[in-house]
Amino acid sequence: MEKTVNQRAWLLVIPVLILVAFSSIIPMMTVVNYSFQDSFGGNEFFWVGLEWYRELLHSERLWDAFGRQLLFSFIILLIEIPLGILVALSMPKKGFAASICLVLMSLPLLIPYNVVGTIWQVFGRADIGLLGRALSDLGISYNYSQNAFDAWATVIMMDVWHWTSLVALLSYAGLRSIPSAYYQAAKIDQAGRWSVFRHIELPKMRGVLMIAILLRFMDSFMIYTEPFVLTGGGPGNATTFLSIDLVKMALGQFDLGPAAAFSLMYFLVILLISYVFYTVMITADKNEANR
Amino acid sequence: MSDKPAKRKRRSGSRLSILVMIAYLAFLLVPIYWLVIMSFKSNAEILGMFTLFPENFTLDNYRTIFGDPSWYMGYVNSFIYVSLNTVISLLVALPAAYAFSRFRFFGDNHLFFWLLTNRMAPPAVFALPFFQLYSSVSLFDTHIAVALAHCLFNVPLAVWILEGFMRGVPREIDETAFIDGYGFTRFFTRIFIPMIAPGIGVTAFFCFMFSWVELLLSRTLTSVEAKPITAIMTRTVSASGLDWGVLAAAGVLTIIPGAIVIYFVRNHIAKGFALGRV
Repeated sequence: MEKTVNQRAWLLVIPVLILVAFSSIIPMMTVVNYSFQDSFGGNEFFWVGLEWYRELLHSERLWDAFGRQLLFSFIILLIEIPLGILVALSMPKKGFAASICLVLMSLPLLIPYNVVGTIWQVFGRADIGLLGRALSDLGISYNYSQNAFDAWATVIMMDVWHWTSLVALLSYAGLRSIPSAYYQAAKIDQAGRWSVFRHIELPKMRGVLMIAILLRFMDSFMIYTEPFVLTGGGPGNATTFLSIDLVKMALGQFDLGPAAAFSLMYFLVILLISYVFYTVMITADKNEANR
Repeated sequence: MSDKPAKRKRRSGSRLSILVMIAYLAFLLVPIYWLVIMSFKSNAEILGMFTLFPENFTLDNYRTIFGDPSWYMGYVNSFIYVSLNTVISLLVALPAAYAFSRFRFFGDNHLFFWLLTNRMAPPAVFALPFFQLYSSVSLFDTHIAVALAHCLFNVPLAVWILEGFMRGVPREIDETAFIDGYGFTRFFTRIFIPMIAPGIGVTAFFCFMFSWVELLLSRTLTSVEAKPITAIMTRTVSASGLDWGVLAAAGVLTIIPGAIVIYFVRNHIAKGFALGRV
């Protein structure tokens, strides 16, 4: 659709700007301010320049958390995207069954994050949880609060449980928008199931899949509450992701300067990766429109 | 000859689909089932026996919650700030989304991305500055503080979803209305808003959802008066890790509002998750 140039449209955007300025720019300025200063309690600050950044860039703790975070997001995308597509392809196309599936699938998305943590905390315990009990009955030693590998497996399973439905719903919306003429053409050409998927469904889902990848990347990269409730970042530091580390630093130890510098770098990394995604998405959108 | 195998293949394909679907739904529902039946068990049964179904069915856990203001006020507090947030987000996002969907103006693409960056910002980054900001304007521990804080990620999301829905409304409708002598405000409230009502419903649903599930900011910004149920639950976990039954009941009660809301928007939900871009 052609858009007209109209500078007065700014008037319509002003309320959003004011609100977001209050809830984003002002706090952000505080963060920037802290990141260059040191405080000795009270309100005494003095300028330390880039000291905090230098310290953090050489901090093993931060790099470890960053590595864990990247690995986590990578695994999450690797599991959730294909699984979500598979579920979307398997969903009933219409009728009562489709409605039921939609409602049931959306259920995990609406559970408060800490309740998600609680559910899996309970579910995985060897004494009172179904999963923990079943695994120990099978002779598999499993304890997410002591064994790092088990903790990882549980956090990943929890996230897959929590968010795969989002990918599935998006893909489902994409599939539904494919005109039936495409399928009929494929049938005439006697295309197999795989080539229908490869040449019709996948290209048509590209737009929504980009959104799914973007959302899943952003959200898994700033995951906090679920692992915090489940493992508290442990055992040791095994599941201490960036947000958990940051909150520990900022609200636990009240190290304002390093925490602020950490925040900014954290935000910039997300921003950078998301900007790439966003640009690709917009370009894809435009190509779609031109076709 | 070529007909039969094809048919058989298709049927086995759909059987596989049903299997995948059942397996997936079971995977989703079993942990929830475990929480629900736990909320109907006594603590002795939870810790002492291993039962797949409550042997001594009890409502005591729910009675504890509904009998104690420090528990049930958590739900009231959550409801207040979630509703406030939904209303504020919609009010500011509607005109902005209209501007983005209809006009080209100086810096529009940059502005849109900048809005989006707030959705990408980790709440952990904002926890501390929010705490100080809202304390300094003495809004700490009020519902409006949490509602405003949640606008950080809900307003960009609302703009994004609404813009997607508004794009689908042909421009000709705007133009016809203006030719017929409608002023902008009247056109917007009388004609345009009713036309995108499903989009508004979906957006409200998403604002509700993301504000309802969030813990970090709402916990940081409240202490007593506006403490949300989610924060009350974490406190209980750490204080007395023993009362599993009440914890489970509290968890079940947080799932119910979402389940009700989702039933009403079920037909638009997929489009909403796609931010109206389908």
